Amino acid sequence: MKKTQSFEQAMKRLEEISQSLESGDIPLEDSIKLYEEGIKLIEFCQGKLGEAEKKVQKLGRNTEGELGKTPLDDSSIPGEE
Amino acid sequence: MEKHIYSVSSLTRQIKEVLETGFPRLWVEGEISNFKRHSSGHLYFTLKDENSQIRCVMWRFKAGELLFQLEDGLKVLVEGDIQVYEKSGNYQLIIQQMQPAGIGELQLAFEQLKKKLQGEGLFDAVHKKVLPPYPEKVGVVTSPTGAAIRDIISVISRRFPSTEIILYPVRVQGEGAAREISSAIADFNEYGKVDVLIVGRGGGSLEDLWAFNEEIVARAIFSSRLPVISAVGHEVDYSIADFVADRRAPTPSAAAEMVVPDRREMLGVLAYYREKFSQTVRQKISTGRERLENYRRSYAFRRPEDIVFQKMQQLDELIRKIQVAILHHLQIKRHSWHNIQQQLRALSPLGVLQRGYSICYKDGRIIKDVSQVQMLDLVQVKLSRGQFLSQVQMLGEGE
Repeated sequence: MKKTQSFEQAMKRLEEISQSLESGDIPLEDSIKLYEEGIKLIEFCQGKLGEAEKKVQKLGRNTEGELGKTPLDDSSIPGEE
Repeated sequence: MEKHIYSVSSLTRQIKEVLETGFPRLWVEGEISNFKRHSSGHLYFTLKDENSQIRCVMWRFKAGELLFQLEDGLKVLVEGDIQVYEKSGNYQLIIQQMQPAGIGELQLAFEQLKKKLQGEGLFDAVHKKVLPPYPEKVGVVTSPTGAAIRDIISVISRRFPSTEIILYPVRVQGEGAAREISSAIADFNEYGKVDVLIVGRGGGSLEDLWAFNEEIVARAIFSSRLPVISAVGHEVDYSIADFVADRRAPTPSAAAEMVVPDRREMLGVLAYYREKFSQTVRQKISTGRERLENYRRSYAFRRPEDIVFQKMQQLDELIRKIQVAILHHLQIKRHSWHNIQQQLRALSPLGVLQRGYSICYKDGRIIKDVSQVQMLDLVQVKLSRGQFLSQVQMLGEGE
């Protein structure tokens, strides 16, 4: 599995695997390989879903006018009223 | 009584005075006709009703405050001052402010911009981009202090916590807000490392939401390569931004729900896949096993086996035959070897000597004829065992 894999790619591949397995005309050996790949993808996706909340970032231009990302100060966002 | 004769100028000046003081700042309602925008930016037109008309001028610095566009046939309410233009002897209305009659100016501006952008095709379905199904990074253009960002953060972190939210803080109302919003959209596109944008704010009056009805914002949304979800105000509020955006969300919370899938739903989908995959493979294995069993039992499968066995049997027989043949051959060979040995032995001169014969040599050569020797020659005689030297004493032919 590639390190750069995104959730989106994984979900797309799962859909493909699902269709291939369903089609029924692939050899058993291949379907076991697909099964193994599918389980890995499922675990990858479950891992993604289990990841902790990311800190909110802020995009803006600095004094030199360069575009950049910095963590947002949470206190600037009002809480629930 | 002497006639008082005015000069044109003094008459005009008096008329001007009477008119301009007699009609202090006033409101007039009428319909615009002969509208002209001079290259200087000043606006010239005539205000008319069924019977009359009056010339009007709106200077550039006032015209710039207009939210809506002037056009012939537009009914307006204007506030202005009567002014006599002495050079041509005309009177005209210098307009200080203007609003549409019977409709709010914002409403009119909204309708006009909507019509214009629609005409240019900015709302066409062909331009609508598809939202990414599982964005990793979501860009948000809104106020850092508004309800919108708070709602978006809370919904996204509940539904898909690993999503990165990147806020571009802007003012969402008041002077300059539209420019800030549009350049934030452009900056996100330049930055590029987000999958989708949410542009919006919480609820407010039409004036509060106005920035999202400005052309500059509409153009920025239209030019965005990143898909844009508009989320302006409440359910009932429609903005120009909503029409240009790739998707309209009724509220910022709704935009957040639209932009990321629900974690629990996704876990359900994954569990479904897992179950389906296992089931399919299990089924395939059992079907395969069944089929294998059928093959094993079938004549079609046994036949090749039979052929193999038959061939093996044939092979065994052949090997046996070959072995017999080899043995036989060897025996024959061994037998004939024995004979040859015997023959050889019989033919050997040594064998002849054994039987009592001897060989005579003279000067190393075998003597086969009496002519080879003379009287008193020394002759070497070789026996089966040993040898001796003899002297010829007698010569004779035959026995």
